[in-house]
Amino acid sequence: MTWLESLPLAVFVMIPLVIILIYALFAIWMERKVAGFIQDRLGPMRVGGWHGWAQSFADLLKLIQKEDIIPAEASKFLFRFAPFLMFAASYAAFAVIPFSSAYMGSNIDIGVFYLLAITSLLTISVIMAGWASNNKWSLLGAMRTAAQMVSYEVPTIMAVLSVIIVAGSLNLMTVTEMQSGNDTLGFLPNWLIFQNPFLLVAFVIFFISILAESHRVPFDLPESESELVAGFQTEYSGMRWAMFMLAEYADMLLLSLLGAVLFFGGWNSPFGGFMDGPIWGFFWFMFKGMILVFVMMWIRWTLPRYRVDQLMYLCWSILIPLSFINFVLIALWEMLF
Amino acid sequence: MELTTLLFYFFSLLTIGSAIFMVFSKNIVHAAFALMFTLLGVAALYVLLFADFIAATQILVYVGGILILILFGVMLTTKGFTDNLKTLTTNLRPVSVVMTLVAAGMIYVLLTTTWPVAEIAEPEGTITGLGTLLLKEYILPFQVTGVLLLVAIIGALLMATKVKHQQ
Repeated sequence: MTWLESLPLAVFVMIPLVIILIYALFAIWMERKVAGFIQDRLGPMRVGGWHGWAQSFADLLKLIQKEDIIPAEASKFLFRFAPFLMFAASYAAFAVIPFSSAYMGSNIDIGVFYLLAITSLLTISVIMAGWASNNKWSLLGAMRTAAQMVSYEVPTIMAVLSVIIVAGSLNLMTVTEMQSGNDTLGFLPNWLIFQNPFLLVAFVIFFISILAESHRVPFDLPESESELVAGFQTEYSGMRWAMFMLAEYADMLLLSLLGAVLFFGGWNSPFGGFMDGPIWGFFWFMFKGMILVFVMMWIRWTLPRYRVDQLMYLCWSILIPLSFINFVLIALWEMLF
Repeated sequence: MELTTLLFYFFSLLTIGSAIFMVFSKNIVHAAFALMFTLLGVAALYVLLFADFIAATQILVYVGGILILILFGVMLTTKGFTDNLKTLTTNLRPVSVVMTLVAAGMIYVLLTTTWPVAEIAEPEGTITGLGTLLLKEYILPFQVTGVLLLVAIIGALLMATKVKHQQ
């Protein structure tokens, strides 16, 4: 294969990028609307006419025009590079997400293991941004993020592993395929969350952990504005800041879609054979992902922020022991039934 | 040129270049970040050799674990700013003599060995075979490694918490 022949491959690889960009524009608008409704406001109403739908486009245009400010004492290369590394890490993980029965970036056997490995680059990019900014708030924010993400990786991995025991494969396409059909209790879909009572507990652990991994409220200590200005993003402006924003939203989508694959049947239709097929599959998959994203937004605008020690206590003293016990119970259940 | 060949040269350059930068960098944090590129390049080379599991493990353990630990260590021990940390080059002469000899030996071996090249064959996925081997033939070494790591964790915890013995 010469490099010219690999052009279709490049197009194939770009499909998730298009999805992420459209999703990010939509999700930023949605976040403001959700915030508005929860606080009994209307949210953006003016730009574009209908319910301010063009607000994200206006913001994007504004961000493109902004000056790219780099602090004089910053470590130049690392400062410039960190936002792109962060987005690259999120984007690389989309390779193993089965968007529909017809499209999956790379159908490899180690699927979800690769996903968990490559997202650990997110932590490095946050440290990089925080250190390169040469600013105490940035550095403190980065240290907090690193501690938080490294800690919450453990319960996330344990919850994912619990699902993998039941599914018996690391390949997310195989995991999705084995959840098709509507046989549980005669009418429920064969989604993994209905297959094993302990997987419900695993889902709760998983959801709390992904909130912390994508540093959303109530775990948004890395950028808690009341203490750290904007955390590791303090010195960033313009498009580099927009890259961080894009990476954050991409990360939210990634983890929500992972949750949808592992617990809610991925691209399978909830009505069995009805409204099935690759296009509908894509619709259902994004729909399930967006519901999880919506719950994340709902939590963000409803709950206050945790303290650092409470965050660590929740992880190491509650979630990790619980996830290990749950793991053993799921393995037992699978042996018995 | 084939795409895989191109990728091989790109990742080899990345690995070697960042390794050289890491060795010669005077700033310890810059060196740590250069190490990240080296480790990623090595992981990419593993992928080109069809060793996908090893590649993912490389990233998870070295980049996601050890490198973050190094960065934490560096940042916490020097109170966040590394300006007061001195790096010097010492013993330049003996090192250059020894390293020239080592390099000469390695180049000699490289040139005189006949390298058997196998046909490129994509394996059917490595993880099933690995799992079967680990849990059947090599179950004892696997378990013993687990116990060893557990002992190391307990030891680290013991050292970190500074248990006071009551006399």
